[in-house]
Amino acid sequence: MSVHEQFAEDLALHALGVLQGDERVALEKHLEGCAGCRLELEQLRGDMALMALSTAGPTPPRRARQRLMEAVEREPRRAAVTSQRGWWTLVPWVAAAALAVGLVALWLQNSDLQRRIASLENQSAQESAELQRAREVVSTLTATDAMRVTLVAAKTPPQPQGKAIYVRDRSSLIFLASNLQSLPARKAYELWLIPTSGAPIPAGVFKPDAHGSATVINPPLPAGVEAKAFAITVEPEGGSSTPTLPVVMVGAGE
Amino acid sequence: MGRGVGCNPPWVARPYFKRKEISCLAGTELQRDRTDAAVVSAIRSGDESGMAALYDRYSSVVYSVALRVLGDTGAAEDVLQEVFMQLWRNPGLFDSSRGSLGPWLAVIARHRAIDGLRKRRPETDIADVVVSVEPDLAGDAERARAMEKVRGTLGSMPSPQRQALEMAYFEGLSHSEISAKTGEPLGTIKTRIRSGLLALRKAFAT
Repeated sequence: MSVHEQFAEDLALHALGVLQGDERVALEKHLEGCAGCRLELEQLRGDMALMALSTAGPTPPRRARQRLMEAVEREPRRAAVTSQRGWWTLVPWVAAAALAVGLVALWLQNSDLQRRIASLENQSAQESAELQRAREVVSTLTATDAMRVTLVAAKTPPQPQGKAIYVRDRSSLIFLASNLQSLPARKAYELWLIPTSGAPIPAGVFKPDAHGSATVINPPLPAGVEAKAFAITVEPEGGSSTPTLPVVMVGAGE
Repeated sequence: MGRGVGCNPPWVARPYFKRKEISCLAGTELQRDRTDAAVVSAIRSGDESGMAALYDRYSSVVYSVALRVLGDTGAAEDVLQEVFMQLWRNPGLFDSSRGSLGPWLAVIARHRAIDGLRKRRPETDIADVVVSVEPDLAGDAERARAMEKVRGTLGSMPSPQRQALEMAYFEGLSHSEISAKTGEPLGTIKTRIRSGLLALRKAFAT
């Protein structure tokens, strides 16, 4: 890379900062398109820097250092005020933008969670209320001190009665009986589920209380059996796997 | 003084790289480069101790050139303060990949002193100043050796040439002004100034 001779001396003057007027304008225009002369200008500035060494010797007074450090202390550095910005100067801005996006995402997620929590709380409250009602029903039905009254036509002597409430899909069964006759020792009544097909299924062994009342709540049953009727027989206290005749009570589903 | 044989790799072809002999002879070229780079890096991160280290290393060069130009200690202190504060406020002005810190500070100090001498607004944008030489002035020994060589070179120049160079450098006079003062032709002044600078370059290249 060579220097254009016609500019060689002007380059030296320009390095010293003393080139003026048209010569300076012409040189600066030339420098825009000439890498060789730009390099020579940089080298001439280096030569010029050497000139400074001819003066080296005097040292500044001690107060100058103190003055500088006090000024530095008064002016904490501002971030990235360089004219040659690198990609790293953008890092704080990118980080701030990412943080802002993250905060918005968190806020949206938080709002969604709040809505879901409110929905679950509402659902929980409803289920608690339903559970409370169910407990009250069961408690009333199974209370030992409950007064059980069966209403029949006037002047009709009390007859043994039973009510079976069965939900097939949940295999849930509640049986209430009244006016049952007392049984001999080591005997008990056994409830049977009579399926639409197949053998009767044991549905609980029970003994009536002193008033002839009895309750069977959710005995163990196979899942999803369709019942066509319920029946009661008298069996040994431990129950039987097949009913022993005669059937003392029976009722078909409606 | 001989060249620092083996300090520069053989693929270094640029003639001004030969000036690295100054630091090569000190045997700590790489360490010195790192040290200057570390100081600038500290300043970039706002470390005030970096400024203290920079001042201790280069305040004498900056101050002495300003004092020689301005001839007034108070004014030279002001230039000293201004040059270092500019670097503190904006360390990105100095591009370490394009030259050494010491020569760069010397050039900036001289520009600012000439501006002060001529009572004019700063004419040179610091960001535009690129000093493409490698005389590493970070160490006291290197500075002393370089100082001796510069003075020897100037002393061996013909008096009219040294005078033209010093009038341009220390007084900021244009070739027209020097021509008017000395009565020498414009072309002669131009030639003397350029050849004077090239003589300094040659002194550090041989």
